[in-house]
Amino acid sequence: MSPELLSNLGLFVLALLVGFEVISKIPATLHTPMMSGANSIHGVVLVGAVLLAGVADSPAGYVLTFLAAAFAAMNVVGGYVVTDRMLGMFRAKAPARPAAAGDGQQTSEVAR
Amino acid sequence: MSTTAALVGLVYLVAATTFVLGLHLMRSPATARRGNLLSAAGMTAAVVASVPLLLDHTSEIGGKVLVGAVVALVAGTVVGGAAGFVSARRVKMTAMPQLVSVFNAVGGGAAALVGAVEFARAVTESRATAGFAVPVVLDVIIGSVTFSGSIIAAGKLQGLVSGAPVSFPGSRALTMLSTVVALGVGVWVVVTPSTWLLVVVVVASLVFGVLMTLPIGGADMPVVISLLNAFTGLAVAMAGFVVDNEIMIIAGALVGASGAILTQQMADAMNRSVLSIMVGGFGTGDAAGDAAAGAGGQQSVRRMDADDVAIQLAYAQKVVVVPGYGLAAAQAQREMGELGSLLASRGITVYYAIHPVAGRMPGHMNVLLAEADVPYTQLKEMDEVNPEFATADVALVVGANDVTNPAARRPGNAISGMPILDVDHARSIVVIKRSLGHGYAGLDNELYTDPKAGMLFADAKKGLTELLAAVKTTVG
Repeated sequence: MSPELLSNLGLFVLALLVGFEVISKIPATLHTPMMSGANSIHGVVLVGAVLLAGVADSPAGYVLTFLAAAFAAMNVVGGYVVTDRMLGMFRAKAPARPAAAGDGQQTSEVAR
Repeated sequence: MSTTAALVGLVYLVAATTFVLGLHLMRSPATARRGNLLSAAGMTAAVVASVPLLLDHTSEIGGKVLVGAVVALVAGTVVGGAAGFVSARRVKMTAMPQLVSVFNAVGGGAAALVGAVEFARAVTESRATAGFAVPVVLDVIIGSVTFSGSIIAAGKLQGLVSGAPVSFPGSRALTMLSTVVALGVGVWVVVTPSTWLLVVVVVASLVFGVLMTLPIGGADMPVVISLLNAFTGLAVAMAGFVVDNEIMIIAGALVGASGAILTQQMADAMNRSVLSIMVGGFGTGDAAGDAAAGAGGQQSVRRMDADDVAIQLAYAQKVVVVPGYGLAAAQAQREMGELGSLLASRGITVYYAIHPVAGRMPGHMNVLLAEADVPYTQLKEMDEVNPEFATADVALVVGANDVTNPAARRPGNAISGMPILDVDHARSIVVIKRSLGHGYAGLDNELYTDPKAGMLFADAKKGLTELLAAVKTTVG
């Protein structure tokens, strides 16, 4: 077993433990946004797509790089935007506002 | 370690910290949004920092990045990012679970692609050792299963695929076969690395993902989506091992663990084990017998019209609303919010009792009601709200069924032991529901035949609209 693999395994196990600990404290109210937020975090696979591009040297490689990048970017961008839109709806008081439908769009514009 | 690699490593460390802090801030509605933005900032930094890492790595192995690859990467990122952005902004909040499922599918698909492409390259350069192949095979199996499974799950929620448990002659055998092929050939790939064998693993895993999800009923989909979300996390972590990238390992493991906890909590709230959900077919086989056992004869129910209910509500001191799946399905959250704020403006105490699995996902009902401007201080979780029913003048049940059925307190039926809302403790009960049809568990609801209860037979949207008009008339 190489030193890299060993230290990667260590990271993996510690991150699992942190994940268990962090999530068990979240109230049910926020479970859906939380799931969506966690969903966007695994969009980090976009980093993997970037690394693929570094070694792609054939048409097939380009196509696969394109696919991986498109999939991952959709996951990461869409995930954060939809989570932000959801969370933007949580507020303590209900302020009067003219256009309810427009507000959802504004909140997501703030995100990007 | 080169300077670039060291700097990128530091950026990854910061990004990992923002992911954990982001999830941490999501513990409270007041800070949740900041948490998500923090996490998004960390993500942006991690992705941008990977570009110099890529250049560094490529020059280290004596190659250079080709124009075609850059074009493919940029084009893919722009197309995918735009698709994600537009769909995330346009989606109706009621359709949000299926969108999350689609994002989950593409994430899993990307992880499987990254693993498979790296493996193919390693095979041609004959450096694919068994130790390298193990995370590849795990990544490809989990990623492919998540990809096809999440698409079927989204299709079921969207109504493109039948929400009922689907099975056909030999489907169980085919499921077993695909499992055996995926795992068996997967082991073979580890022993003798071959790209074509890995393709067989991909196909078998895709088939398994479809067959695994098809027999599961639509009402169980939230648990399935959550489980697949955790799977994607693990697939991404495995892909991180394959390309030796720390941030992918950390973020993937974080999501894998948190998704597992969330799945467990969802299943617990439904009084179901994750295993029995995955085996599937609930509400078809054994439910028929339970329905007969739980029926308790043909007791009559009291029918009410909107005016009767309006008078009860207008002169109540305390009203507890129990929103359920029917409210979400009818997209009646705005009408609900309006009625609630009208009552509250008359000095009536209004609470919304949120069962952990109300709606389509845990917390989904909160999101829907928040969209309708219901202050989150009025939303009470089950344990908090149950003592309130005894002093509530009216419990208004809108499209909720099994989570209010007192039969859950007795042993011997499909929902025995499931935590329920103590709606029957209220002084009077009004149920807005389309018909006396059964809920997901296929049981008669004893609440409806309670002498204190009245039924307003209408679709949630129509019923609440009528009720809103009637209350306005009543109070002048």
